Amino acid sequence: MILTILILLPLVGALVTAFAPAAVSRLVGIGFAGATLLAGIVAAVQYEADAGMQLTETHVWIESLGVHYALGVDGLGILMVLLTVVLVPIVLLAGWRESDAEGNGGAKAFFAWTLALETMSLAVFTATDVLLFYVVFEATLIPAYFLIGGFGRSGRGRAATKFLIYQLAGGLVMLASVIGLYVVSADNGTPSFLLSDLAAIDIDPITQRWLFAGFFIAFAIKAPMFPVHTWLADTTEKATPGTSVLLVCVLDKIGTFGMLRFCLGLLPDASQWATPFVVVLALISIIYGALVAIGQDDVLRLIGLTSLSHFGFIVLGIFVFSPTGGTGAILYMVNHGIATALMFLVAGFLIQRTGTASIREMGGVEKSAPVLAGFFLVGGLAACGLPGLSPFVSEMMVIIAAFDHHWLVGSVAVLAIVLAAFYALWMYQRTMTGPGIAPVQDLDRREVGIIAPLALALVLFGFFPMPLLDVINPVVHDTLAGVGIAQETQEAGRQ
Amino acid sequence: MIEFVKPSVDYFELWPLLLVFGVACLGVVVEAFAPRAVRYITQVVLALAGLVGALVGVVLVAQDVTTYDDGAARGILAVGGTIAVDGPSLFIWGLVLALAIGGVLLFAERHLDGGMSAFAGQASAVPGTDAETAAVAANREHTEVYPLMMFAVFGMMLFPAANDLLTMFVGLEVLSLPLYLLSGLARRRRLLSQEAALKYFLLGAFSSGFFLYGAALLYGYAGSMDFARINEAVRNDVGSSSLLLIGTGLLSVGLLFKVGAVPFQAWTPDVYQGAPTPVTAFMAAGTKVAAFGAIMRLFYVALGADRWSWQPMMWIIAILSMFVGAALAITQNDIKRLLAYSSVAHTGFILTGVLGLQASDQLAPGEITSVQAVLFYLTTYGFATIGAFAVVSLVRDAGGETTAIERWAGLGKESPVVAAVFAFFLLAMAGIPLTSGFVGKLAVFSVALAAGAWPVVVAAVLASIVAAFLYIKVIKVMYFDEPVGDGPKVAYPSVLTATTIAVGAAVTLVLGVVPGPVLDLAAVAGEFIR
Repeated sequence: MILTILILLPLVGALVTAFAPAAVSRLVGIGFAGATLLAGIVAAVQYEADAGMQLTETHVWIESLGVHYALGVDGLGILMVLLTVVLVPIVLLAGWRESDAEGNGGAKAFFAWTLALETMSLAVFTATDVLLFYVVFEATLIPAYFLIGGFGRSGRGRAATKFLIYQLAGGLVMLASVIGLYVVSADNGTPSFLLSDLAAIDIDPITQRWLFAGFFIAFAIKAPMFPVHTWLADTTEKATPGTSVLLVCVLDKIGTFGMLRFCLGLLPDASQWATPFVVVLALISIIYGALVAIGQDDVLRLIGLTSLSHFGFIVLGIFVFSPTGGTGAILYMVNHGIATALMFLVAGFLIQRTGTASIREMGGVEKSAPVLAGFFLVGGLAACGLPGLSPFVSEMMVIIAAFDHHWLVGSVAVLAIVLAAFYALWMYQRTMTGPGIAPVQDLDRREVGIIAPLALALVLFGFFPMPLLDVINPVVHDTLAGVGIAQETQEAGRQ
Repeated sequence: MIEFVKPSVDYFELWPLLLVFGVACLGVVVEAFAPRAVRYITQVVLALAGLVGALVGVVLVAQDVTTYDDGAARGILAVGGTIAVDGPSLFIWGLVLALAIGGVLLFAERHLDGGMSAFAGQASAVPGTDAETAAVAANREHTEVYPLMMFAVFGMMLFPAANDLLTMFVGLEVLSLPLYLLSGLARRRRLLSQEAALKYFLLGAFSSGFFLYGAALLYGYAGSMDFARINEAVRNDVGSSSLLLIGTGLLSVGLLFKVGAVPFQAWTPDVYQGAPTPVTAFMAAGTKVAAFGAIMRLFYVALGADRWSWQPMMWIIAILSMFVGAALAITQNDIKRLLAYSSVAHTGFILTGVLGLQASDQLAPGEITSVQAVLFYLTTYGFATIGAFAVVSLVRDAGGETTAIERWAGLGKESPVVAAVFAFFLLAMAGIPLTSGFVGKLAVFSVALAAGAWPVVVAAVLASIVAAFLYIKVIKVMYFDEPVGDGPKVAYPSVLTATTIAVGAAVTLVLGVVPGPVLDLAAVAGEFIR
């Protein structure tokens, strides 16, 4: 029941917010986001590490198509749920005034759409029926579309359309594979979309490859990976930073989440068959994303493109098929969510003050706004993997696993550390140091309050990643066992 | 000399059909004898009562029918085997009647255009003449539209239930002729409307000729018009297969014309645009439902044994319809033309379901069947279409409806409710989850893939992407583009149009979230009587 409550709370919140008087709609919205956060924490407390899929609920939804309303979380699911419920209130608080500004669609709409998006995202991370997953996977696009198109800088309508077309294209390709799974299950007796039923079927290798192609294309667009990433930069440039946090830090995780759950979980043979191809794409994403980021002038666009590089690492970690890589990848998903959210939000505060997103037109901000500059530096250092901040742990694990996979893969991946240091520090240097623009106001207490938890989490998990690893290791163990890879030591991720 | 045997008429099972026909005839009498002042209200009440009565009849009959001849199908063959009242017939009857009730409500709408309906004052008056001005000044309006529509509904019910080629042809004509007339009766932009009517009539008459020729050839092949006999002949492989193939091809032309499949789609944009919007709504939804019922009956019952001959043709036509419809829709700048081309694309999607026919022993227990999928898709499509066109009739400026898409910019701010409802219908047509359109697509794609038509499914998925772009384009214009000039105005409808839109939207939502009951109903409708 807790998962249903978790999903329904923001949905009710979205409806109430939409119909509440404008004066209190923001309070109502944040109230529901807070309640959802509490429900998420309750679910996390009930969750037991190392007990597989749990908190499950299964009801028949569409009998004649074998569709179930089936929910459940494993370690990966619960971490994504927590990431979502934590980030949504932060985004709402950050958009408290901004979404009501001239030219934007109004705070009420922003709060309502954000809560609607939260509902769909939570459902995606907890769905254990393939069709239910697909339904909510596609349904996330509608709130996301209106968030991008209704709030942000001019040209956002176009960016929103580009975003939606890309995502729908991926979704429809995946639909073919989803239906393919239905047909496979019907051929094996009873039509069913339940993950547990589908996992029991031995799908022949050729069919697996076709199905894999459909799922992988959709998840590669979502994640995003080279060469289907081009929606990412436009979207993050035009949308508000808050929307970008929701998109890049929460929604895009569905891509890598789906790769683990569906590609590796249901189609293990095809996943191994595709490994060389996927690893190459991941390496291109890592290097290309970092290189393109270096050349950007727009702060938000730059941060968006760094994610291309980070998602390359996550996918690489997943597809090297080793305990270290898998654990590193999932840990990376969490860390990337926190670090990138911090970057986007600080950049948003910066742009509000300077009135421009162009790096060339900024400079010397650290003199007048040292606190802002400090947070910006923390975010930047996290992005380039400084030891002591949490992304370092996950990045190292993925790189070690990459070297184990093949020395060439590892040495290409390791180049990204140098490039990351370059784009992060160079951006900091050009915006924060040197001859300055007119002094800007430093972050006030509200703004510090919003982003401080993120910075603290980066430091905390940088030194104590154990609680996360305890949750992640069983998932990686189960997934790799399903793929048929024996695991040398389950503690591999704990160096 | 063939002795004429008077067929027995099964009055109970045919009650819905006969009631609609009777009301249509009564409407003509009313038109002849009732004074002008009371005609409107009499006709509307009569038509609604007839349709509701027939709908009740369908429900009663559906509860009463029993298994036919110990087979899988339920129902009876009425009037000497010429009309099959079976599960699919009853499902389609119910659907057509429900859509027709929505149609009558739209026909009767008088709030949108200064107290007058959407129909011409005097259709015979040449546009721009004094006679027309006089008719407008006298506040006249045609009330013949209601009996005409009832005749069309009768045709839409007979067409899919016809169990021999001749009855099917009669159904086709009874359904078509009133629609040709109705298309030419618009109050505004009359030349466009008359042009549409003429085009529709000429091309329609031509396609009926094809149908008739095909029927003759098939008779020559099988020695009978009866579907069961044709099926028998095909199974036993009697006679010349070239007669069979050419006959099948010609019959397909007649039927595919009605559903607007490529390459017989040329009339759709002109007719959809020119016809009065209430007529477009009713015609777009009703004709497609009826004609797909007829297509399925002809191809499954009469030609099911010969499906290796017609399935490849359906593959090609389905793929062409989806791509041509979606691609041409993108280039349109008139909302009614856009919806017309989108209906061509939907024809392709429904054909994807039609070609998913499998023998029953190839189906897993509980697996969705082709008939079930198509019936469900028709339901979702019918309600979304009638609702969408009803919304189109609300957006107006001084010259009547504003159908130019760029004039819809800013509708999201002008009237959030109307824009949201229209966006919802568009999302349903695009097949976004949690709308009925998604479940419909899922159903037809599933049966096609299960039947091994994976190239069609892949093409359908790609065409869906193109189509999605088109619907999103309209949504973007409504919400994110700057209004041109004063921006669009929304006329407040009376309860009639509002009801149609609300029901359309409600059905679209409910079928998207809990499609189970209707899918089950379509499963219970089961199979055609063979």
